[in-house]
Amino acid sequence: MSEGREIVVDPITRLEGHGKITIFLDEKGNVKRAYFQLPELRGFEIFCLGREAEDMPIITPRICGVCPSAHHMASTKATDDLYKVDPPSTAKKIRELFYNLFMCEDHLLHIYILAGPDFLVGPKAPKAERNVIGIIKRFKDVALKLIKVRKDIRDIMQLIGGKPIHPVLGVPGGVTKQITEEDRKKIVEVGKETLDFALLTHKIFKDLMEKNEEVRKIMFSEAYREETYYMGLVDDKNRVNFYDGKIRVVDPKGNEHAKFDVHDYVEYIAEHVEPWTYMRMPFLRKIGWAGLKDGPDSGIYCVAPLARLNAADGMATPRAQEAYEELYELYGERPIHYTMAFHLARVVETIYSAERVIELAEDPEITDPNIRTLPTETPSVGIAVVEAPRGTLIHHYETDEKGLLTKVNLIVATQQNNPRICLDIDKAAKAFIKEGKVDEGILNMIEMAFRAYDPCHACGTHSVPGTIPLVIEIYDNKRKLIKKISNF
Amino acid sequence: MSKEKVKVAFYWCASCGGCEEAVVDALAFLEDKMLDVLEQLEIVFWPVAIDMKRSDVEALKDGEIVVSFINGAIRLSEQEDMVKLLRRKSKIVIAYGACSYMGGIPSLANLHDREKIFNYIYKEAPTIVNPTGVVPQTEVEVPEGKLELPLFYNTVRALDQVIDVDYYIPGCPPAPETTVNALQALLSGQLPPKGSVIGAGNRALCDECPLNETKPEKIAITEFKRLATSAPEPDKCFLAQGFVCMGPVTREGCGARCIKVNRPCQGCYGPLDNVTDYGARAASYLASILDVPPDSKAIEKALSNLPDPIGKFYMFSLAKSLFKGKVVKK
Repeated sequence: MSEGREIVVDPITRLEGHGKITIFLDEKGNVKRAYFQLPELRGFEIFCLGREAEDMPIITPRICGVCPSAHHMASTKATDDLYKVDPPSTAKKIRELFYNLFMCEDHLLHIYILAGPDFLVGPKAPKAERNVIGIIKRFKDVALKLIKVRKDIRDIMQLIGGKPIHPVLGVPGGVTKQITEEDRKKIVEVGKETLDFALLTHKIFKDLMEKNEEVRKIMFSEAYREETYYMGLVDDKNRVNFYDGKIRVVDPKGNEHAKFDVHDYVEYIAEHVEPWTYMRMPFLRKIGWAGLKDGPDSGIYCVAPLARLNAADGMATPRAQEAYEELYELYGERPIHYTMAFHLARVVETIYSAERVIELAEDPEITDPNIRTLPTETPSVGIAVVEAPRGTLIHHYETDEKGLLTKVNLIVATQQNNPRICLDIDKAAKAFIKEGKVDEGILNMIEMAFRAYDPCHACGTHSVPGTIPLVIEIYDNKRKLIKKISNF
Repeated sequence: MSKEKVKVAFYWCASCGGCEEAVVDALAFLEDKMLDVLEQLEIVFWPVAIDMKRSDVEALKDGEIVVSFINGAIRLSEQEDMVKLLRRKSKIVIAYGACSYMGGIPSLANLHDREKIFNYIYKEAPTIVNPTGVVPQTEVEVPEGKLELPLFYNTVRALDQVIDVDYYIPGCPPAPETTVNALQALLSGQLPPKGSVIGAGNRALCDECPLNETKPEKIAITEFKRLATSAPEPDKCFLAQGFVCMGPVTREGCGARCIKVNRPCQGCYGPLDNVTDYGARAASYLASILDVPPDSKAIEKALSNLPDPIGKFYMFSLAKSLFKGKVVKK
């Protein structure tokens, strides 16, 4: 083999919304560069024009059926802002309660179903076992509990929000339904059940890190390490919050780069366009776009669980704070730059969400009947933020005086991790493909680079088995197909 | 195990993933009966859940799959190819969920074209820094070689605008009960005539709405109210209070889940049998309950709180509407 070759890793689990990895090799069979492309675009920003503002919390969840609650909540808060209305305290608490239930459920799904098999079954286990079935076989009791916890959480979400998939509780200035005492008791119970399960999950991961050398090696792999900026929402004490707060950004050394109100997001966030992917590349405007590279001079930043923990000073609940401190002790650095630590950060956040559900459900104000402040102002501009499971999510609307949309800008979580995912995949490809040697385990290692972020490319990678079928085509430098490998 | 298993396939096109979650929720809804139902099925293709490839489907005999459930609208050529293949291999093809059935929310994009979307997304959005006006290309030369992207189409289509469809399962997403009812109808072999909606009955949502008792015999309203600036009383028919509620023109079957949390129906289950254009039906119904003098000013005033009729009436069904979309003049 003396000629340059090209490998195309094309996950066919999803024809729209999937990621495609194209790897170019040099004449020795080493990686010249790996490209991560997203062939997905739907144009919600355009077809929402002309819609009524109060319909936006109904329309935008259809961006993603796995994280509809994140869009619903960002959208609802943007309509508050649009009509300049401050919802009653109880309404905010009901929203935050609903939102944390959703975070628990979504994080658990990812931990066990999507990325879990890589660790719980093992990264190099046979493909046929490295899936949810493999998890059920090895951890049957845990899997059955997971199914029950997920159903209990979703039943409560239905009670509060109408539908777990595409909820409808949010309206400008509040929520549509109050919580009864009977509901409240049920929610406390489900919160406790979820917290127990989150703590059990934490223990499973801790044991794994202690006892399984292979897992430990991956968790600390230099191939998945990028020194970038980190972004997340924090409360007034700089602790992680999913529902509200200021957006904080820390630099690769952990120093605060910025802390801003979402209304100023355009001053801090900018987006670059590449001709080879449909996904825009967000970067920090004040640092600038320096191409696909990491370091303090590159505006590339990172969002989602690990970024949120890195951008904050701690967690607002006791058990989550303990787990948070343990995590930083384990890695011995701050911020943590190891991408695989995302998985552990996700567990810490699940503990927090469950604790927050209990706190809110035990708050006597949660059953108060005052759940809506009716808007009276003329709408103009509304901008709001929440932390989606996959990172900071911004909805920006402008309307005419009737509240019909004239402008929409959405900064979606996965988009912001796109540049860092590109970096990780390139680095992982370079570390794991040497002299043209490619096997299934190695390809999974590359996939693991982006599974860590749980990228929600229109939910494209929410593949239940945790493996994405790949087809690899190797071309010589005359673009002649010389070899084809597939893992399915 | 003497009975032969029923071969089924699940496939997704342009969708949000909510329909996949809806299938999982439906299985969880079965609780103890989940395993009984799964026992009767052999899932031959479901990209989200099992590792099977297109060539496995190609290797099947024509008509070998008993039922294919296809969700999502059709936007890309590769989706069109896949559903055509599934059509050939399946005895029964079911359009699952609002996007597949009627185009769904993504088909609101048919009011615009690709150029407008590209210009905004890659050039005009407030966060974009793109001085040279770069937009994604289907083929790009990079220093290491050539990269390709699939073409982004101008229009979004419902499944039966691409292939022949036997049955429809409504909802965005279908409620667990709807999916379970449809599955049971399929497994028992007691199916209605081809072209029917299955899993949900043919009454209006009002007939299963807990507020139906409070719905007056004859509704007469003088103006509409908007949810942005008004709140309906929770225990009284929303329509009678002047809020647009699609209940009277929408198929039952969802369990009135939105209404139970005080949100009027948006119509995701689509029309009842024999209605060609859901939005037109909704508009004509709402016009019929308007109780205003027939002069244009009074009508205009009454409708002033209904500023986006397309979004309201065709939120889930623009692809299947008679006017389909908008002609974009160049």
